[in-house]
Amino acid sequence: MKQENFLWTAVKFGLIGGAIAIFLCLIGMVEIFSKRDVIEGIITLGHFILVATAVSTGYIAARRAIESLDNNQPVYSLTAGLVAGLFTGLLLAFLVLFGNQVNLRAVFLNASPALYDLLTFGRGVSGVWLLPILGAGCGLLGAAFLLLPETARRPMMRGILFLFFMALFSGLFRVVLINQGDAWSTAAKYLFGQTGMTLPGALIFFFGIVALSFLLSSQGKNIQTRLNSLPKQGKLTLRILLLALIAYIALGLPLVSGPFIAQVIVIISLYILMGLGLNITLGFAGLLDLGFVAFYAIGAYTVGLLTSYGPFGLQHIPFWVAVPIAVLVAMMFGAFLGLPVLGVRGDYLAIATLGFGEIVRLLAGSDFLAPFFGGPRGIIGIQKPCLGTLGPFTTVDVPRVCNGIELGKPEHIYYVAVVSAIIIAFVAWRLRESRLGRAWMAIREDEDVAEALGINLVQTKLLAYILGAAFAGLGGAIFTVLVGSIFASSMQLLVSINVVALIIVGGMGSIPGVIVGAIALIGLPELLREVSEFRFLIYGTTLILMMLLKPEGLWPSQAAKRELHHADAENLTAEHMI
Amino acid sequence: MTPILVTKKVTKRFGGLVAVNGVDFEIPEKSIVSIIGPNGAGKTTFFNCITGFSHADEGEIIFEGTSIQRLRPDQITRLGISRTYQNIRLFADMTALENILVGEHAFLHSSWISAVLGLPGVIQEEKNALAEAQRLLNFVDLQGKGDMLARNLPYGAQRRLEIARALATKPKLLLLDEPSAGMNPRESEDLTDFIRHLRDELGITILLIEHHMRVVMGISEYVTVLDYGEKIAEGTPAEIQRNPRVIEAYLGRGAATEGMATAHERFANKKPSGGAEDVHVNS
Amino acid sequence: MRTSFNERLVDLAVNGFLWGFRILIVAVIVLGTFFTIRTGKYSSDQWIDFIVFGISQGSIYALIALGYTMVYGILRMINFAHGDIFMTGAFAAYFIATWLNGIGFIDANPFLGLLIPILFAMIVAAAIAMLVERLAYRPLRGAPRLVPLISAIGASFFLEYTFRGLFGPGKYAYPPIKALEGSWEILGTSILKVQVVVAVSAFIMMAILYFVVMYTKVGKAMRAVSENKDTAALMGIDVNRIIVNTFAIGAAMAGAAGVLFALVYRQVDFFMGFTPGVKAFTSAVLGGIGNIPGAMVGGIVLGIFESVGPSLFLEGLGITRAYQLKDAIAYTMLVMILLFRPSGILGERLSKQKA
Repeated sequence: MKQENFLWTAVKFGLIGGAIAIFLCLIGMVEIFSKRDVIEGIITLGHFILVATAVSTGYIAARRAIESLDNNQPVYSLTAGLVAGLFTGLLLAFLVLFGNQVNLRAVFLNASPALYDLLTFGRGVSGVWLLPILGAGCGLLGAAFLLLPETARRPMMRGILFLFFMALFSGLFRVVLINQGDAWSTAAKYLFGQTGMTLPGALIFFFGIVALSFLLSSQGKNIQTRLNSLPKQGKLTLRILLLALIAYIALGLPLVSGPFIAQVIVIISLYILMGLGLNITLGFAGLLDLGFVAFYAIGAYTVGLLTSYGPFGLQHIPFWVAVPIAVLVAMMFGAFLGLPVLGVRGDYLAIATLGFGEIVRLLAGSDFLAPFFGGPRGIIGIQKPCLGTLGPFTTVDVPRVCNGIELGKPEHIYYVAVVSAIIIAFVAWRLRESRLGRAWMAIREDEDVAEALGINLVQTKLLAYILGAAFAGLGGAIFTVLVGSIFASSMQLLVSINVVALIIVGGMGSIPGVIVGAIALIGLPELLREVSEFRFLIYGTTLILMMLLKPEGLWPSQAAKRELHHADAENLTAEHMI
Repeated sequence: MTPILVTKKVTKRFGGLVAVNGVDFEIPEKSIVSIIGPNGAGKTTFFNCITGFSHADEGEIIFEGTSIQRLRPDQITRLGISRTYQNIRLFADMTALENILVGEHAFLHSSWISAVLGLPGVIQEEKNALAEAQRLLNFVDLQGKGDMLARNLPYGAQRRLEIARALATKPKLLLLDEPSAGMNPRESEDLTDFIRHLRDELGITILLIEHHMRVVMGISEYVTVLDYGEKIAEGTPAEIQRNPRVIEAYLGRGAATEGMATAHERFANKKPSGGAEDVHVNS
Repeated sequence: MRTSFNERLVDLAVNGFLWGFRILIVAVIVLGTFFTIRTGKYSSDQWIDFIVFGISQGSIYALIALGYTMVYGILRMINFAHGDIFMTGAFAAYFIATWLNGIGFIDANPFLGLLIPILFAMIVAAAIAMLVERLAYRPLRGAPRLVPLISAIGASFFLEYTFRGLFGPGKYAYPPIKALEGSWEILGTSILKVQVVVAVSAFIMMAILYFVVMYTKVGKAMRAVSENKDTAALMGIDVNRIIVNTFAIGAAMAGAAGVLFALVYRQVDFFMGFTPGVKAFTSAVLGGIGNIPGAMVGGIVLGIFESVGPSLFLEGLGITRAYQLKDAIAYTMLVMILLFRPSGILGERLSKQKA
């Protein structure tokens, strides 16, 4: 009876896994990802995600079997994994067969012969039998993985993840290393191929990480205690050394990476900057602001209008003067929009601010205000920042001459953004430790009580909102000089969503979290064209999964961690009461 | 003595329900006053009207000569009224010390700019605030618990922390909403001493809602009885115990639900609304 | 006085700003209307056109708004993905209608050619909404408010970009229904057939929904759950099932609205749900969220305002191409309502339980 039961569960998981695999195929992910290799000539990214689906299906089914049977004899878990993987494979095989009979393409854009070719490794319908067998194999592998002892499982898991990560960024590493000179270049070519890792590279990285991680897990405690026993002076030196190393890499990266990657890094740094800003509003004070892009637009337009040498330029003042003005203007608008909205309750606030964001975009892009903001054609010809003196403004559409260093390249803007981000991080950190930070936290936890303790809600929330607006304005201002033009159509809600997503992924209220979140959510899609196709799909999935599994984010602040794990702590209180 | 708080004909309605109906009430300065009454008599609503959580529909509330019924809770707090809650409402995920520091918020003045710049004034102010918070923590007997999360404190400690947080706002009038709820007899005795201590040492006027008659009769100088939102009696504890309307209010209720004899006995034992949790007090 | 100068200044600013905002809006409406009517640019027939268009558009918003309002009534949650459920309905209808059109069915039976896609869209939308509820919302019940809202935003993006992946980023043309081309003479003015059909279908759908909610067992259970979940559970109501039903019914309405929208605009794309979604939410708030008749009234009011507004209020003020600001009018209404009367026109049934 019970055995039947566990097999049925395994079939169910297999079918779910199969559904996910078909989903990945039909949205086009498999086909697009197959253009990139994980290991050159061995497995493409497209196949990799399918294999990963089948292996995880087997793993989960096996774990469920052990749980439900209360029996961890390998026979059962291996069977469960095998069955689950088999059904995943069967479903994919079914897709191929069905697609050969019926023209699925009339409905699903990606159900193309190329996809079927990929799935059957170019054998066509005659190769369909491969899929269930491979699926079953993968499922078995997943189940077998469960049988490994914990100490072996973890390092291997890390190894695979790291391998995956290195494969994704192999292009980046290759370029960076090749730019370093001949010795490095040979090594780079040995480890990284054009589209993915080479086999030796993959092996080296995988086993390297497994060994390292194994070492750490056996020696970790030892190292920890030794670190702790270091004198205070020593710890400080260590920390400074670490910071210096990070700074060295962060500052040096754009110089060696070539223009494309430099551009990506600038965009990441801009999002870090804006994430830190919204983090004050959302992470500290708990106000979900979906109209963040409005202030970004205000900052951008202010700088644009003040510095442009195009037809809409008003003042032709230098960037360095325009930026503080832009920030002030954004703050003013923050106050104007925030004053009325902040009395509105939490979830309404999100929608009200969303409304504001859209209003700003619609107005900026309308013909009504086109004489001032250029309407749909935008503002062009934005003067690059200049370290030195600017020549006089002559005529429209002719940039002013810079007597000094013109900060025109992405890597220059990058430094501007990094310096700004550091300033914001510092401000955010100081604020969090101040009386205001405490007030924000109190408001986030219980608005009514906070008010009854003498905290002026509107004023306190307003400050969080205005500071968020200021940093968004700064982000917009820097972005403007980076691209040299402004279009209302780029001020979409999606910008706000980008920032919200990266904060949530990184962990609300956490400053390092913002950096991690920006690198993961902004960097990946910008670097990999393949990923950028599915950028918002991945965002959506991530937001849901983060809320379901890890609401405090990848790198949570202490407070958020405490807050979102209510259940265990409540038990604790209950125990105390007894 | 001059009254510190006066309410005139305060009325609060929720739709058709009149929760507080034309209550006239005064608290003499530096006194301890209790409000009692059966469940749903409008006691907490009355508290909410005083502290600005909800606004009275009619009537006037005057604190130290200023009319306060139109002010926001934070403004009222800054005038010198502070409160605790029936169901403890600490900032559960902040430490005990941080909870108290939030209470001090209104008396700290450093602006955000000076906080960012780390001006010496701010650092000094934070230092003083921390010292004050530590002092309050010791005052409520929670020394050494400052770094614990509020949620992890034992129940009694949470009650005391809530009082400490209320004290951090430097109140002249402190409103305690059922401070002895869930306490055992020894704890509630300690609480009685503590409340008296607050009044005698710090000169704070105290208004409490209480169900524990032993606490009420033990410390109150005056008692006001509410029933169905109306004030039905006021006076010293001795007067209240003899007041026929009060006995009737409690008896009438008791008689309907539990039988007259039990109800009478319960009132004689000074425990009008006693639920199961109070029984052990008698035994 | 202990209240600092600073603080009084902020209070003053808040009040001044709110009043200024009110006065500005009223001034725009009054002056704009005055000047527009004085110039006499539009004939009364044109105004009637605007209003009819507004009603048909508004009835679509109302249909979508029902889903927002019912879900909010029960879970106090803004179902951000609801607009995308609307989009899934439109896509489902597009594919079946194209097929029916291909075999000449629509021309032969225009009524069924309309009805079948609507029913199909309702089923598909309901199924997807149930799936979303199960995966993205149910596990989060009881979490702090922002958590389900963020998950809903995630679900919204997931749906949009899943459809983009499946069907591509292009716009699909909804097949024409010949019987709906042209116009009817009603009371001396000619009115486009499509608009009449859309409005009538929407009203029928709303009437059915109202009947379901008021008089059927499921409807009564839904109302009970929205009053008080715990008590309803004690009365033997399966709360989870009722919540799923609510999502499904709301989604079915949105799916049908998707088809009607496609009939009017004749195109379907993956991002079509966003703007109508926000506007439908506006309608729900406008009518008083949690209030079913309110959502219907709110939708119609918003539709008319949005349709008449640009010409009536803005053109009089000398704004060129005012129709570009149609959406801005809707968003301004949204912000205004949230600011000045969050309980909506008909009053929020749930205002007492404000979180």
